[in-house]
Amino acid sequence: MRDTWLIFRHDARIMLRHKFGILISAAQPLFFLVLFGPIFATIGTWETLVPGLIIQLGLLSAGLAGFGVVFDWRSGVLERLRVTPAGRLSLLLGRVLTNAFTLVIQTVLLVAVAYAIGLRAPVAGVVAGLLLVIVLGVSLAALSYAAAMRLNEHLFAPVMMTAVWPLMLLSGTFLPMSMAPAWLNTLSYASPFRYVLEAMRELFAGHYATGTVGIGVLVVALFAAVSLTIGNRVFSRANA
Amino acid sequence: MIDVHGLTKTFGNGVHAVNGVDFSVAPGEIVGFLGANGAGKTTTMRMLTTLLTPTSGTAAIAGHDLLSDPRGVRRSIGYVSQSGGINPVNPLGDELELQAMLYGMRRREARARITETLETLRLTGMENLPGGALSGGQRRRFDIAFSLLHRPPVLFLDEPTTGLDPQSRAELWEHIRSLGLTVFLSTHYLEEAEALCDRLLVIDSGRIAAQGTPAEIKGERTLTEAFMEIAS
Repeated sequence: MRDTWLIFRHDARIMLRHKFGILISAAQPLFFLVLFGPIFATIGTWETLVPGLIIQLGLLSAGLAGFGVVFDWRSGVLERLRVTPAGRLSLLLGRVLTNAFTLVIQTVLLVAVAYAIGLRAPVAGVVAGLLLVIVLGVSLAALSYAAAMRLNEHLFAPVMMTAVWPLMLLSGTFLPMSMAPAWLNTLSYASPFRYVLEAMRELFAGHYATGTVGIGVLVVALFAAVSLTIGNRVFSRANA
Repeated sequence: MIDVHGLTKTFGNGVHAVNGVDFSVAPGEIVGFLGANGAGKTTTMRMLTTLLTPTSGTAAIAGHDLLSDPRGVRRSIGYVSQSGGINPVNPLGDELELQAMLYGMRRREARARITETLETLRLTGMENLPGGALSGGQRRRFDIAFSLLHRPPVLFLDEPTTGLDPQSRAELWEHIRSLGLTVFLSTHYLEEAEALCDRLLVIDSGRIAAQGTPAEIKGERTLTEAFMEIAS
């Protein structure tokens, strides 16, 4: 526990020093919000769009967190830390919690801008949504680390940048999957992000105790368990 | 201080990187680990520092069993890998503080220990720099500073002087000798090993091919001649 906290505090302090980095990895969803949102708002609601952009943000921010660990891996920092008595799981958790923290800051920024241009979601719903974001961020970052440490370093960037797009589109980031033809709608049930996104849309609409929210929470919890197991396995075994 | 019995590492592809290695290192001894590239030096070093699990064999370091008590081993050793472990962007002081605190020190204690360690290695005043601003020799001294923060009785150094200019190498050796610790280090610089190590181990194709004081190993030859003969 203490080791996890020490790593988190150290990494978070460094992350907060690089404010531009926080902004730039949130830039894509912000562009969609400001330059696409007003068009979407003529046919749908901001409460539908913004949760979708949060999922996009999660995939682009925490989902690409693996870049950072490759950097520490190559510079030998990871190996240096592995020879300390710090637990291997703590070395992973401290980092992915920092990535989740970054994601929370970015999400708050996105929601604040959204409020300024038309979002009217209840505060309780947004806070509940943020809790989902934290767990999602931890899971995505852990998976991203595993991918980064297993893939050839020249492949990681193109593979991840490509993989996030079908995941985004299949979750219904830009338009709800209920508008999709049956085959596409069915296919999208394979994406865990669809369930999380639908839960978040309910929360932003002020509906808390619904089956959709329950399923979303369950899927997020399962996703976190699987991701952390994979992340831990790869992270503990990988040889630098 | 270091006792190694039948240490073996076979990788998944069937390569016997280390094939039944036995040796021991007495407290306060500086032992040089020699061998051609690929002979098994780094693999041995990585097993002894808990980074790789041995396929078979045992080892005890400062009284801690490698397999049953890896955390005890980690508490007792300092390790500098071939590539070092310096983050090029972050201030060195922050990194040193994290390192010290991971060994259980509180912040105040960590700060005091960092100041002291940097003084020993003549690095005082550089803790606000990012790692990328260091020269090769300074980098190596910082690597050693990281490995000494918790005052380990045993130090493992994997090619600590590779790539340094002669003056930095001499300076680094001087630091290593003055620590008074048990040191196990690999190197390719045979003259340095001869002049500065108490004892040498030569590894070839995963086996210890020779061991003894530099004088014992070379006999009537030069150390380079002896090394070429052993490792061929």
